[in-house]
Amino acid sequence: MTITPREAIAIGASSGAVEAVSAILTRLPEDYPLPIFVVVHVPPDRPSALVDVFQAKSPLNIREAEDKEPIEPSCVYLAPPDYHLMIETEKLISLSSEEPVHYSRPAIDVLFETAADAYGAGLIGIVLTGSNDDGSAGLRCISQLGGATIVQCPNEAASPFMPNSAKAACPEARTMNLEEIAEYLLNQGRTYD
Amino acid sequence: MSDKVEDIELRLLLQAIFERYHYDFRGYSMASIKRRLSQAKSRFQCDTFSQLQGRVLHEADVLASLLSYLTVQVSELFRDPHYFRVLREEVFPHLRTYPSLKIWVAGCGDGEEVYSLSIMLREEGLDDRTMIYGTDVNPQALRKAEAGVYDLDRLPLFTKNHQLAGGKGSLSDYYTAAYGAAVFDKSLRKNVVFSDHSLVSDAVFAEVHLVSCRNVLIYFDRELQNRAIGVMLDSLIRRGFLGLGSKETLRFTQHVAAFDEFSREARVYQKRSDP
Ligand SMILES: C[S@@+](CC[C@H](N)C(=O)[O-])C[C@H]1O[C@@H](n2cnc3c(N)ncnc32)[C@H](O)[C@@H]1O
Repeated sequence: MTITPREAIAIGASSGAVEAVSAILTRLPEDYPLPIFVVVHVPPDRPSALVDVFQAKSPLNIREAEDKEPIEPSCVYLAPPDYHLMIETEKLISLSSEEPVHYSRPAIDVLFETAADAYGAGLIGIVLTGSNDDGSAGLRCISQLGGATIVQCPNEAASPFMPNSAKAACPEARTMNLEEIAEYLLNQGRTYD
Repeated sequence: MSDKVEDIELRLLLQAIFERYHYDFRGYSMASIKRRLSQAKSRFQCDTFSQLQGRVLHEADVLASLLSYLTVQVSELFRDPHYFRVLREEVFPHLRTYPSLKIWVAGCGDGEEVYSLSIMLREEGLDDRTMIYGTDVNPQALRKAEAGVYDLDRLPLFTKNHQLAGGKGSLSDYYTAAYGAAVFDKSLRKNVVFSDHSLVSDAVFAEVHLVSCRNVLIYFDRELQNRAIGVMLDSLIRRGFLGLGSKETLRFTQHVAAFDEFSREARVYQKRSDP
């Protein structure tokens, strides 16, 4: 059996996102080797405070993604308000203001679909708490291209709709609570060394 | 370069559009182009990009609708009000020292950015001495820009943006509402020229004091960004200004050293004096 080395992580979350994403990031060490992309549904018309919020809880390098920024290990790239976050196959970030998806810009599906295309089996996709179905189609796409897929345990999620919907669209996704997700990511980071 | 069949097809499709119609999207950000052409593929009920290629090669009107997938037209009047406030309060005082002014709005889309500037120049008493060039590659967008007609339901947002951008007076002074549309005053276009110009393939056409190129570069790959910024750099007078979209930066381009950061937050740069 060959083990695919994981190269990147993509996380999507909506209502209840701050606590859920923090709970994961806070458990990862400063030198965690994989880059992490995060889409949280944020309102389009004001600056987001998420960088500061997450940075206060994590030793990783947390930043709002910039257009054409190269992707580095141990960095967390957040989608800025009013822009979709996309990953190019040459492992660069692109931003886009094309139409909202599921009424949202940034949208989780857009990140997941482009990241799946760029990383294939090297990607881990994670759908956390939220009250809409953004991320479902994207998670299925990650799985089809060989990536690992995870949904947050709906019982634990502040809002179970999004993980439930993702699980329905992508039944092979593993269901884990936040602590297990962090543990899983730590292990994946290790096999990468 | 990716060797997935789908990506090979995508490159061939873009090559076909270039050779047949001289629209060059080969150096655009592929993640976004691929997403939008996939939507076009379903819209034209094609299973593959190759099928779409066949259609676009043989049917000219397919190209016209593909252009609306290939270019992104999202915009607002006074989009990112802070940007316009910085132009008004910090850049205009410099521009005011010139007896005549030229402004280039590169990738003007449906014209929202041009009308925003035109209104602001009027409010600041600079309109008579200023010429604005609005350029784009999408002919349909240029026609809309020329018309200056926007859906009335977008006006509450535009009005709020105008205020946040430091607007003097009321936005309604500049348009008349009729049949669900806001028709902007044609006097705002008195010193405006809209024309077809591509940042990919066309050259410098004027010497300007300010280039506003917002949310266009994000659709380009790095090489194309370098090319486009090179054209803007060459168009600018000594110490001229360049304004970008709120998430765009010169940081990852080869021209970063040719500019000073004038307002980091508003993404306004100033061309350095020649050494
Ligand atoms: C998202 S709109 C930006 C509109 C406006 N500048 C703003 O920020 O609100 C992007 C525009 O860039 C135009 N564009 C795309 N490729 C171009 C090129 N090669 N040269 C000039 N304009 C281009 C598109 O047609 C579209 O109108």
